[in-house]
Amino acid sequence: MNKRTFQNARVWRLGADVDTDALAPGAYMKHGLEVIGWHCLEAVRTDFASGVHEGDVIVAGANFGIGSSREQAAGVLRHLGLAAVIAPSYSGLYFRNAFNLGLMLLTCPEALKIEEGERVALQFEGDTPCVVRPNGQRLVCAPIPGFLMDMVDAGGLLPLLKKRKQG
Amino acid sequence: MSANMSQPQTLAQKLIARAAGRSHVAVGEVVTCNVDLAMFHDSSGPRRLKPMLDELGAQIWDTQKVVLVLDHYVPAQDADAQQIVQIARDTAKQWKLPHVIDSEGICHVVLPERGHLKPGMFCVGGDSHSPTGGAFGCYMFGIGATEMLGVCVTGQIWVQVPRTLRMHWSGRLQAGVSAKDMMLHMIGRFGMNGGQYQAVEFAGTAVQALSMAERMTLSNMSAEMGAQAGLIAADETTLSHLRSIGVAPEKLAGVEQWFTDENAECEQQNFDASALSPQVAAPHSPANTRDVGDFADVAPHIAYIGACTGAKLEDLRAAASVLKGQRVAAGVQLMVAPASAREQAQATQEGVMQILQDAGATVLPNSCGACAGYGATFPEGATVISTTARNFKGRMGPASVNVYLASPYTVAASALRGRISDARDLLA
Repeated sequence: MNKRTFQNARVWRLGADVDTDALAPGAYMKHGLEVIGWHCLEAVRTDFASGVHEGDVIVAGANFGIGSSREQAAGVLRHLGLAAVIAPSYSGLYFRNAFNLGLMLLTCPEALKIEEGERVALQFEGDTPCVVRPNGQRLVCAPIPGFLMDMVDAGGLLPLLKKRKQG
Repeated sequence: MSANMSQPQTLAQKLIARAAGRSHVAVGEVVTCNVDLAMFHDSSGPRRLKPMLDELGAQIWDTQKVVLVLDHYVPAQDADAQQIVQIARDTAKQWKLPHVIDSEGICHVVLPERGHLKPGMFCVGGDSHSPTGGAFGCYMFGIGATEMLGVCVTGQIWVQVPRTLRMHWSGRLQAGVSAKDMMLHMIGRFGMNGGQYQAVEFAGTAVQALSMAERMTLSNMSAEMGAQAGLIAADETTLSHLRSIGVAPEKLAGVEQWFTDENAECEQQNFDASALSPQVAAPHSPANTRDVGDFADVAPHIAYIGACTGAKLEDLRAAASVLKGQRVAAGVQLMVAPASAREQAQATQEGVMQILQDAGATVLPNSCGACAGYGATFPEGATVISTTARNFKGRMGPASVNVYLASPYTVAASALRGRISDARDLLA
């Protein structure tokens, strides 16, 4: 039920400037998320799509999600079961898309301290998320405004609008 | 009068304040804005929006304020694309959309071409290059399909009031150097997220000297700088352009208020247009930019003049000015996909299309084409020089394709010489 926190999430480490075209390649954009998911990140990391599991997290360098407005680039990560993305910064457009689809993005200045294959947890202190490494190191992330966390809780803007409509 | 009323504001603040029904907004605050116009296309639009609207049992808040453009999957190249296009056409009829532009050009070019954008408006687009509207003094930015659903249902959207990064260009561009070079230079200097999702405003004598088409190129590639919006205050160039395409004078009343107040807080960066050389962005990032002279040993197989960024009428004219009376080098394939049917018709009338075809160009449909990477793309291992906006690995073809980004002048000069070349040498 509580989508805000996680424990023991396996880390996939990526570099900086991961773009939307790598996340959701143009050639597969006419298909749904299942097909896009098979090819997610294949231009930068060929073992990702076949190896990713429900509850894993991506840790990346700066400017995650630069490029297109195609929200499938965020939707595909939810489809593949990613619990969150942890990076020092995001494309502003990708940031909006991710929360609109219920994908939590953690803005973590020290993200790159986290290593490939590590298991991390997420805790909240008020509206401030905090990533906890296996060695106990706590990496404080930027606070997430309540109206964005509402979308994470609801699973995205569509379920949120539906809930509001049912009033 | 409250203290706020007299406080100087940026153009971005003024545009957002109007849309939010406020006299003043402060940088950093989150406000809800009324949307004056929402544009979406065949990929981001009906095929994604209709199922969600149906699920909600909701309708579009105001179809007069919606423009649908079919440009990504046209002409349809297979059954899947055909289905996407059909959904768009059927849905447009069902929703009784009054503004549909079907297979007549790329959204960011046809939207202003049809007079939909006027200074002072607050607009959203279902495409990342939507900041193009900023060239017309509109606050316009790109959003995803789910957020567009929110706009379609409520007519509103939230924004965090941005800081303004003022890009001040003094001097004047040399012949053969263009707005594309200015943008590649700025993206190279500040990086693909240098705009930090704030508002960029282009100003100075070199910007004021630009035509509307060139200004659109600046605003367009604000997306590659990671800005939310790329604004240019309306001036006489804007107004005379809008009058020339038939926008009624009464619709342009009051546009003089849409500028950044003299003492408004901005972060200003200064550039000298006179000193700028043509710029080229090497694979695989628009920020990977250096002077054209650094790439003299690169021999492209394909020279591509296309996209909202680089195939407007003026871009075609620029290429033709270099290629006039000549043929491209052996081993180079020149492809031209004019950004809109109207602009192509004008280029034909002016003899520009003939020059390009005589030079060996293959003319492609008025659509996003290879730039979006949704249909036909470049072959395995190709080296491409392109007027488009993005050269990400795998975007315009297999990961083995190397795309260099440049202006129409540089692409034409490179096609002619068979090596990446400086058009200034040919135009002199």
